[in-house]
Amino acid sequence: MLVDRWRTALAVRGRGIPDRGRPVLVLVLLGILLAMVTALFMTYDLKGSLDFALELRGRKVGGMLLVGFAVAYAAVLLHTITNNRILTPSLMGFDALFVLIQTGAAFLFGTLAFLAIDVRLRFGIEVGIMLAFAAILYRLLFGGENRDLFLLVLAGIITGTVFSSLTALIMRVLDPNEFLTLQDLLFANFSTVNRDLLLVSAAAVVVIIVATRPLLGQLDAVAIGREHAINLGVNHRAVVRQCLVAIAVLVSVSTALVGPVAFLGLLVSNMAYQLTGTFRHRYTPAAAGMIAAIALIGGQFILQEVFASVVRLSVIISFIGGIYFILLLLREAGR
Amino acid sequence: MIELSGVTKRYGPNTVVNSVSLTIPGGGVTALVGPNGAGKSSLLSMIGRLLPMDEGEIRVDGLDVSRIAGDVLAKKLSILRQENQVAVRLTVKELVEFGRFPHSRGRLTAEDGRHVEEAIDFLELAEFAGRPIDRLSGGQRQRAFIAMVLCQDTDYVLLDEPLNNLDMRHASQTMGLIRRLATELNKTIVIVLHDINFASYHADRVVAMKDGAIVADGTPREIITGPSMAEIFDLEVPVHSYADRPVAAYFAIGSRHLHGQD
Ligand SMILES: Nc1ncnc2c1ncn2[C@@H]1O[C@H](COP(=O)(O)OP(=O)(O)O)[C@@H](O)[C@H]1O
Ligand SMILES: [Mg+2]
Repeated sequence: MLVDRWRTALAVRGRGIPDRGRPVLVLVLLGILLAMVTALFMTYDLKGSLDFALELRGRKVGGMLLVGFAVAYAAVLLHTITNNRILTPSLMGFDALFVLIQTGAAFLFGTLAFLAIDVRLRFGIEVGIMLAFAAILYRLLFGGENRDLFLLVLAGIITGTVFSSLTALIMRVLDPNEFLTLQDLLFANFSTVNRDLLLVSAAAVVVIIVATRPLLGQLDAVAIGREHAINLGVNHRAVVRQCLVAIAVLVSVSTALVGPVAFLGLLVSNMAYQLTGTFRHRYTPAAAGMIAAIALIGGQFILQEVFASVVRLSVIISFIGGIYFILLLLREAGR
Repeated sequence: MIELSGVTKRYGPNTVVNSVSLTIPGGGVTALVGPNGAGKSSLLSMIGRLLPMDEGEIRVDGLDVSRIAGDVLAKKLSILRQENQVAVRLTVKELVEFGRFPHSRGRLTAEDGRHVEEAIDFLELAEFAGRPIDRLSGGQRQRAFIAMVLCQDTDYVLLDEPLNNLDMRHASQTMGLIRRLATELNKTIVIVLHDINFASYHADRVVAMKDGAIVADGTPREIITGPSMAEIFDLEVPVHSYADRPVAAYFAIGSRHLHGQD
């Protein structure tokens, strides 16, 4: 009953066919909202040394903007190349792998030695391994002719689970002190974002944005389906390959900064499609990225100021996102 | 000119297109006919580089389709598949506009707009232009896809059973349009036809496939005869003549015994 009503409400909104003004309006409104939330976060209840407080908060905001955009863009890209709106990189095991890489390296070289490596170098190596994973995934996903969505999700969940289990296993054999240090690294929160990591992440995200810009028009064609895209002259394989590279880098950025944020990408990308009423890539990544940043900054603010940080933001996001995921599945099943 | 040599497609142990060689000169309508599963769609998809081939070579205007840059070929050749889905919600107009993508890369010019409007008008879609294609009837949706391909405005047009789901009026109008594209604009059309009589009336050449191979190739008059229909379709079809063209009366066969005519 409830689901039915929810479904109709959603369908009706989705059906609002975009007069071209709507996406632009939504982007402007989201921009204003994001600016307001950011201003509030930066200035609310400032005490003590102004410079110091602003620097600290600025770093947090920077981290959340980066994470928000990275997670959102990665989800949108994956949706487009797989032609469905339910898969996310985190469902496919991307961020679980990133955590496994870190844990494995800490285990092999010792947590302290691992942490002593220059953060930029470490990040570079981690991204390299992620790219190798993306290459394997590319073969699995797009090598054969039939790619069954159901099989895909299943394969993703299984690889993700395997990665997580391996991580858990390694953690179990680690010495308790090392374990604690590692935990801090893996599930870093926004209050402890490393400055060098922030800079290298920002650079990575900028590179990805610049590199994928020429693809945006072709991604619109890819979104309507593989055969249509090829007929329209899009080099489908090349576009998919480039998107997977972008996804690997973006997931590395977000996971390195704050650890896995399951379901955030799913939540914000689908909200972006609904609000803008379009799938066009001129609008959706920007809209999804801003929604994510608003959710993170606003959520973090409320947690800090209202709930005095007793709950982690990622837990709340996973909870809301998880419910949303189930509703989306029900809706797809009802088609 | 489209040239196929030794084109082969396998699915596991099944060879569904078996070393097909064929030359289709520029201009004119070539109808591809044959029973279900003969390999027509597979062959057409390989020409349109939607399906990789296992062996052989396909050239369009001398260019190898598996090597040539996709965006170059997209201005030369377009293909409409038998089954068409769109993974996102699009209006009829948005879908048809995608046909201009090879020319405009998504930024529509006034000329693109004219093509879109013409195609929409011709396929009588104006009243649905703003409607999402998932809320059209099968025939209306099929017309929208045909409009999209027409908009692409290529010299070579490959159509896989484009008349599927169309009512009599729209089937004959669409076929008439396709004929005119060949006659007046000198386009090269390769069209898979289900109804042999459309081929009889509108095609310059009929190529028949069976079990992955070409079994007959000639003018409609040469191919649409009782004996060759029997060979291609495994069916005794009475062939009559109407307006100086052969007409296969296949639609009457199944119930003949009911009328005691045998
Ligand atoms: N993806 C596929 N996997 C396995 N067999 C296929 C696939 N696509 C088509 N076939 C087989 O190839 C043969 C030719 O199919 P097709 O080219 O669609 O024939 P037609 O269009 O003449 O009806 C059929 O026997 C069909 O079952
Ligand atoms: Mg077919």
